[in-house]
Amino acid sequence: MAASSRAQVLDLYRAMLRESKRFSAYNYRTYAVRRIRDAFRENKNVKDPVEIQTLVNKAKRDLGIIRRQA
Amino acid sequence: MLLRAAWRRAAVAVTAAPGPKPAAPTRGLRLRVGDHAPQSAVPADTAAAPEAGPVLRPLYMDVQATTPLDPRVLDAMLPYLINYYGNPHSRTHAYGWESEAAMERARQQVASLIGADPREIIFTSGATESNNIAIKELEAAIQPDTSLVSVMTVNNEIGVKQPIAEIGRICSSRKVYFHTDAAQAVGKIPLDVNDMKIDLMSISGHKIYGPKGVGAIYIRRRPRVRVEALQSGGGQERGMRSGTVPTPLVVGLGAACEVAQQEMEYDHKRISKLSERLIQNIMKSLPDVVMNGDPEHHYPGCINLSFAYVEGESLLMALKDVALSSGSACTSASLEPSYVLRAIGTDEDLAHSSIRFGIGRFTTEEEVDYTVEKCIQHVKRLREMSPLWEMVQDGIDLKSIKWTQH
Repeated sequence: MAASSRAQVLDLYRAMLRESKRFSAYNYRTYAVRRIRDAFRENKNVKDPVEIQTLVNKAKRDLGIIRRQA
Repeated sequence: MLLRAAWRRAAVAVTAAPGPKPAAPTRGLRLRVGDHAPQSAVPADTAAAPEAGPVLRPLYMDVQATTPLDPRVLDAMLPYLINYYGNPHSRTHAYGWESEAAMERARQQVASLIGADPREIIFTSGATESNNIAIKELEAAIQPDTSLVSVMTVNNEIGVKQPIAEIGRICSSRKVYFHTDAAQAVGKIPLDVNDMKIDLMSISGHKIYGPKGVGAIYIRRRPRVRVEALQSGGGQERGMRSGTVPTPLVVGLGAACEVAQQEMEYDHKRISKLSERLIQNIMKSLPDVVMNGDPEHHYPGCINLSFAYVEGESLLMALKDVALSSGSACTSASLEPSYVLRAIGTDEDLAHSSIRFGIGRFTTEEEVDYTVEKCIQHVKRLREMSPLWEMVQDGIDLKSIKWTQH
C-alpha cells in the first residue's frame, strides 16, 4: 500500500469529522470533533512515513469506531 | 458480512436505547443539552407519550459520582455482549478460549496503566469490593504487629492529591502494608505501583469512563502480600475472588485503562484549563467564595467551593439545569455536612454551603461557562434573600452575635 499522501490524510480527516457529527449525544459529539481536530493539528508536522502510516492506521480504526457508535 | 450487519443493527439498538427516565416530566424545566429523542426499546412501556423533537437534559458536572462510557470502551465491549459470549473459565472450546484471551488482554491493559505485572491484578465488582479485600487482609495478618495504611490517592469530595510516593516510602521502610483507593486517580494522574511503593490498590471501572459493576485490586507479588478471599467458590482469579469473571465488563475496564493511558496528558491539560476558567470566573464575580482543599496538591477536575451565606442544598436545587452534588454520592442521602470538610477544619456554616463541580473528559467550555453564569446568578439571588448576608453587608460580625435559645 503506497504511503499516505496529504490528500488521503485530509480525506480521512474530513470523513472523521463528518461521521462524528452523527453522534446524537452532545458530549460525545463535541468530544469527537474536538479530539479529531486537536490530534490532526498536533501531528501535522510529522515527517517520518512509517510514523505517518501508524497514525493513519490508528485514525482509520477510530473512524470505524465512530461509524459503529454514532 | 452478515455478522457485521447484525452487529451494526445491535449497536444501533444499543445506542438508541433510552437513558434513565427523568424523575419528573420535562415540562417546566429549562434544561440545556439537546440530544435526539430516545426511542423506547419496549413499546407502550410508560404512560408518557414519546417526545417529538430533542429531549433536553441537565448538563452533567458530577463526574466524581460516575462517568459516561467512552465510545471506544463500548466498541471494545460489544462483541463480548453479542457473539463472543463464552465463559472465560471454559477450557474446552473456542468460546472459552477467546473469552479468556480477551480477559487476559484486559488484565494486561490495567496492569500497564499502573506499572504492575498482570499477575498482580485481580478483577472484582468494583473499588468497594477491592477495598474490603484489602482491609480484610489486616484481620488475617499473621504477625500481631503488622498493620496497614490505607489512603485515598485523590479525594472524591475536594480533589486533594495525597503524597502517595512519600507515604509509600515511609511504609516500606517500616515494613507496613500500604493500600490506596485509587478510584478517582487511576488514568487521571500518573501512577506507578513500584515507584510509589504501593502494595494494594483499588481500581473502579465507572470512574474512568468504563462500565459500572467492575473494578480491580492490585496485589503486590514481590514482596508477597497475602490477602484473604471475601468470596469463596470455584477458585477463579487465583482463589482470591471466586466467581465467573464477566468478560464484557473486564474488556470494558481494560479498554478504559488503555484509552486513559493514551489520553491522560491531553485530558489533564484540558481539564486544568477548564478548571482554572471555572474558578477564576466564579471568584471574580462573587465575594466570599472559598475553595476547599489544598490548591497546591489538587486534582483540577474536582472543584469544591463553599459559598458563604448560601445553603448548599438550596443552591443545588436552584441549579436544576446542571447535575451537581455537594459532598460525595455515597453520603448524599444524609443531611450531615461532609466529614471531609469537617476534617480539614471548615466552619460548620461553610461546610453546609459547599458544592462539588466535576470536570471530565467530555466536559465542554460551553458547559463550564453556563454553569458559572447560573451559579453566579443564583448565589446572588439567594444571598439577596438571606438575612445573614444582610447583616454582613451592614458590617455586623456574625461571630459576635449571641443567638438566643428558644
